[in-house]
Parts: sequence; C-alpha cells; structure tokens
Amino acid sequence: MKPLVFLEHHQGELAKGPLGVLAKAAAVGDGPVAAVLIGGGALTALAEQAGKFGATTVYVVQDDALDPPLPQPRVDVLDEVVRLGGFDTVLFSNSVLAADVAAALAARLDAGLNWDLVDIANHDGELIGKRPALQDSILIDVGWRSPHRIALFRTGSCEIVATGGDARVELLDVHPHEHSRAATLVSQTLREDKSHALEDAEVIVAGGIGLGSAESFVLAEDLAELLGGAVGATRAAVYKGWYSHTAQVGQTGKTVTPKLYVALGISGAVQHKVGMQNSKVIVAINKDANAPIFEFSDLSVVGDVHTIVPALIELLRQRK
Amino acid sequence: MKIAVCVKHVPTGNLRISPDSNRLDRSGPGELNAVDKNAIEEALRLKGDGEVVVVSMGPTSATESLRTALALGADRAVLVSDPAAAGSDLIATSKVLAKVLGREAADLVLFGQQTSDGAGAVLWATVAELLRLPFVSQAATVTMQDGSVRVTRETEVGDDVIDARLPAVVSVSDTINEPRYTSLKGMMGAKKKPLEVLTLADLGLGAGDAGDGGSKTSVLGIAKPPARVNSIKITDDGTAAQAIVDYLADKQLV
Ligand SMILES: Cc1cc2nc3c(=O)[nH]c(=O)nc-3n(C[C@H](O)[C@H](O)[C@H](O)COP(=O)(O)OP(=O)(O)OC[C@H]3O[C@@H](n4cnc5c(N)ncnc54)[C@H](O)[C@@H]3O)c2cc1C
Ligand SMILES: Nc1ncnc2c1ncn2[C@@H]1O[C@H](COP(=O)(O)O)[C@@H](O)[C@H]1O
Repeated sequence: MKPLVFLEHHQGELAKGPLGVLAKAAAVGDGPVAAVLIGGGALTALAEQAGKFGATTVYVVQDDALDPPLPQPRVDVLDEVVRLGGFDTVLFSNSVLAADVAAALAARLDAGLNWDLVDIANHDGELIGKRPALQDSILIDVGWRSPHRIALFRTGSCEIVATGGDARVELLDVHPHEHSRAATLVSQTLREDKSHALEDAEVIVAGGIGLGSAESFVLAEDLAELLGGAVGATRAAVYKGWYSHTAQVGQTGKTVTPKLYVALGISGAVQHKVGMQNSKVIVAINKDANAPIFEFSDLSVVGDVHTIVPALIELLRQRK
Repeated sequence: MKIAVCVKHVPTGNLRISPDSNRLDRSGPGELNAVDKNAIEEALRLKGDGEVVVVSMGPTSATESLRTALALGADRAVLVSDPAAAGSDLIATSKVLAKVLGREAADLVLFGQQTSDGAGAVLWATVAELLRLPFVSQAATVTMQDGSVRVTRETEVGDDVIDARLPAVVSVSDTINEPRYTSLKGMMGAKKKPLEVLTLADLGLGAGDAGDGGSKTSVLGIAKPPARVNSIKITDDGTAAQAIVDYLADKQLV
C-alpha cells in the first residue's frame, strides 16, 4: 500500500484529525507515509511539523489562489500528486472541506470511497475499513474494489502519535482545471477561537436541550468550575441561543477527548457522539432510561438534571 | 431558472440490515428523506417562473416520495428504477444521477444535506465532478445573481461566502428554511404532474456502471461494536448525586 494523507491547516496550525490519520497510515502501511499540504502563503515550516507525526514526505502546493478553502482546486492537486507518486490509497480526516475533496477525488479517479471509518486494517495488502452504522448499533467491515482507495475517517477516531521524525518537503506547482475555478470565495469570517479552551480541557461539562433554558446553563458552568473544566453544548442548545457556538461539540463543532465528559440532558445523537466518544470517562444524566447516550457512557444516571445537578454541586462544594 | 433537486426515498422508522444480502432492508414502507424537503423548498423559492424537476434513483416504490415532492410543488419528476441498479454505492449512484442531470441541463442542481439511510453526505461532490460543474456544500443561504449563485455557509472554522458560476451544484443545510407541509390540494395536483420512470438502458448505462457491477466499494461483514466495558447504570432515587461523587472519587476525577 502506498498511502497519501490530506493535511489541513487553519490559522497557521495543522489540524489534529489528519495528524491522527498519519499515525494510522503508518501503522497499517508499514512503509513511508506521504502527505499533501495545500494553501496560500509559505507552508514549508508547517509541512516539516507533519514529519513529527509520521509523514515521511510532504508535497506542498503553496499558491495564494489556493488559500480559499474550496474543494475543487484541491482535487486537481491530489489527482496530480496521486499520479506523480503512484499512490493507491488517499486518506482523509472528516471536515466540511475534506469530505467534499475526498468525494470529488473519488469521482475523478473512479475510485471507491468509504466514509465515517473509525479504523482500518491491512490483511496482506487488502484494506478493510470499520464503519459504524445504524446509529452506531452495528460495525460494518468495508472494502474497496478499485485500484485507488479513498478513506474518510470520522473526526478524532485516530490517535495522534508523536514520532519526532523528519519529513522531506517537496514543492509542486499545480494549475487548477477550468471548472475547478468556477467557484470563488467572496469572503470568510473566521470564528474567534484560537484558545483551544475546549479541546485542551481535561474536564468538560456539556449541556443539551434537557437543561431546558439558557439560564440553566449556569448548572453546567458551576459544575465545570468545581471539576476544573470547561462548558460544552449540543448543536440543538446552541441553535436555541442557550450557549455560544464556540462550545459546540460534535460533527459540526469541536472534537474533544477530555478525561471526563459530563453530559447533562443530552440525547446522544450520532452527530454529537462523534465529537466526544473518545473521552476517557463519560458520565451522562438523562431522564429517559432509553436515551442513546447511555449506550456509550461509563456511568449512566437516569434522572432529572434539575434535581441531580444542584445536589451534585452542593456535595462538591462541601468537599472543597 | 430551471432547478433540479436530487431526492431519495428512504425507509421509514428504524433501519434494518437484511442478513442474506448485507444490504439495507428496503422492503418496508418508505418516505421522502426529511432534509431533501429543505432542498425542494429552496428550489421553489428560487425558481421564479422557471421549473423544478425532482430526480431520484431507487426502487419503484420511490414514486411515492416523488409524488410527495410533486405535492410540495415540484413541477416534474424523473425516477431511475432498475433492478440492476440495486446496491449502487456512491460512485455508481453518482454516475446514474449525473446522466439524468446531464440530460436535464438545469441551471442549478440542489441536494439535501444527508440521507437518513446512507448518510454519506457527499453525493453532490461526486455528481458535480462527473458533470465538471462547480459545487458548494452546506448552504445556509442561497441567492441568485446574474449568471452565478451566492452561497453562505458555516464550517468548523468560520463563515464562508462563495460564488459559483451557473450551472452549479449546491447542497443545502437543514437550517436553510422551514419546509412547507403537503396540502390536500397539492396531493390532488401531484397526480396529474408528469413522472417519468427510466431504466439504465434508457440512459445508455450498462451493468458495469451501476448496481453491484458499478460499485467500487463492498460490504464484507457486519458485527456488533464492542460495548463500553464496566459501564454502570443507576436510576435516581435521591442518592444519584452522591453516587456520582463516589464514582468520580473512585476514578480520581475529584
Ligand atoms: C448534519 C448535522 C450535523 C450536526 N452536528 C451536530 C454537532 O456538531 N453537535 C451536536 O450536538 N449536534 C449536531 N447535530 C444535531 C444532532 O443530530 C442532535 O439534534 C443534537 O445533538 C441533539 O441535541 P440534544 O441532545 O441537546 O437535544 P435532544 O436530542 O432534544 O435531547 C435532549 C435530551 O434531554 C433529555 N432531557 C429532557 N429533559 C431532561 C431533564 N429535565 N433531565 C434530564 N434529561 C432531560 C431528553 O430525554 C433527551 O434525551 C447535527 C445534525 C445534523 C443533521
Ligand atoms: N438515490 C438517490 N437519488 C437521488 N438523490 C439522492 C439519492 N441518494 C442521495 N441523494 C441526494 O444526496 C443527498 C445526500 O445523500 P447521502 O450522500 O446519501 O447522505 C441527499 O440529501 C439527496 O439530496
């Protein structure tokens, strides 16, 4: 297998998801692991950093025309690199951009795409992906039947391994196809959140619709403070305006892996789950005994957040 | 403005894998994929005095969902239904849809955000690439301009405003609008609207393009995921708070 990993970067930092995929590619590939880094400005320093996480060669295409996070010019780059380097497997960590790039590349290469993978294994050259389905109630083994294989991993499903290695950086020029330039970025407003407060927190207390109101998020805040952590929220709660978007955990929010994740009134929809399932210990409080979140919690508490959480806060205060 | 909307007929309620084929059991009742209604709604809003055509690939029962789409206000429907198309994966499905969309030559092609059964949420990208058209995903708003479409969207990192030259492919987020409900009048009217059913041969496609023969991925096996080990479940009888403190203390988390 000759793997190629699609790296992403935001505001001068490599995204974590693809770094985990580098480690996974190294583990199943047993050989060199190449990567691609695309964007505007100077990227060689960032490309070298990828070496510390397992990339042996990083192809860099730096061109201000590639700064906008649009998928199609990136497909042209990957198509070119795949042919140039004879790569047979292209691996992605899910994001809005990566999913679009992976799929369009699959069409370009007439290749199979398996998405939402949580793991991958190599059986004598045959790759087998693991994909949860039906609300994660089953795990499907998936394969590829095309010369090129495209794999899109669920965000945060591959653990990052700091190898401390060095990557060879190769600069390339690629000229996008005509149709790849037919979409243009008019503007981009980056969300003000470089703090990584949530991603770095060792404890997260997250609130969902079950908290009932914006005011009740005080319960999450008080509990988070006592446990030395940060506050997270579901998309449903964020959409109601109960808490800030920067606190959103899940498919369209942050991916977190704290030591402790406390879920208050959260049903455990798969889009939320993907952002927090790799937390070490998950404690969930939900009044519905059949809530899906209980299927992946370490401590499941069936009950009302409005009675249990104030009592919990009181007990923790007494301990201090 | 001619707008094509790709919609899917999905199984109603709990999904089930049929043990002999390793495929999703599609023999039960089905319905129009919920978020595809957002795409239809947006098309109706944008069409002006143009036309909205809904396009789908699926079993013959998918005509039910297309009737729903017509009842919501679409003008015309095209279904590709062929036993040889069963089991199509992403690439196979996109080849079929791209063929139909190529024939329709709409100014704008809309997709819903995700299906409840396949949930790939990428079909627009493969279809657009096969048609060599620009695409934008996750649209939170769509505005027509002269010769182009403007899309705003939200990603993990921020908010984008993107212009795409027409013809273009756009997938809409489920937050873009509030889809209307089907009315009795709409349902009556839907019966008279044209619904065309095509086979693969009608589109000039063969067994190597769609279905199992055209698929580039395969399902090798199905297993139960490992459960969380040592998980504990308690029901609050007034002592849950204390139980949580004890648990956290035991794990050295407090
Ligand atoms: C494309 C897409 C992307 C998405 N991305 C995300 C994402 O990034 N993050 C995310 O979180 N969601 C995301 N979602 C939404 C997701 O599907 C769910 O709708 C959402 O996670 C539900 O949030 P919730 O658990 O707060 O609300 P609900 O599903 O409404 O659950 C509320 C829970 O609270 C319980 N409850 C009610 N009252 C009490 C009480 N007094 N005490 C205890 N429990 C109580 C209920 O039993 C219920 O289980 C996405 C959806 C889509 C389609
Ligand atoms: N068989 C199909 N026929 C027509 N459109 C489809 C089909 N499957 C998916 N779609 C469209 O593609 C979107 C994304 O689907 P998916 O990639 O399955 O999550 C859906 O919301 C539909 O708009």
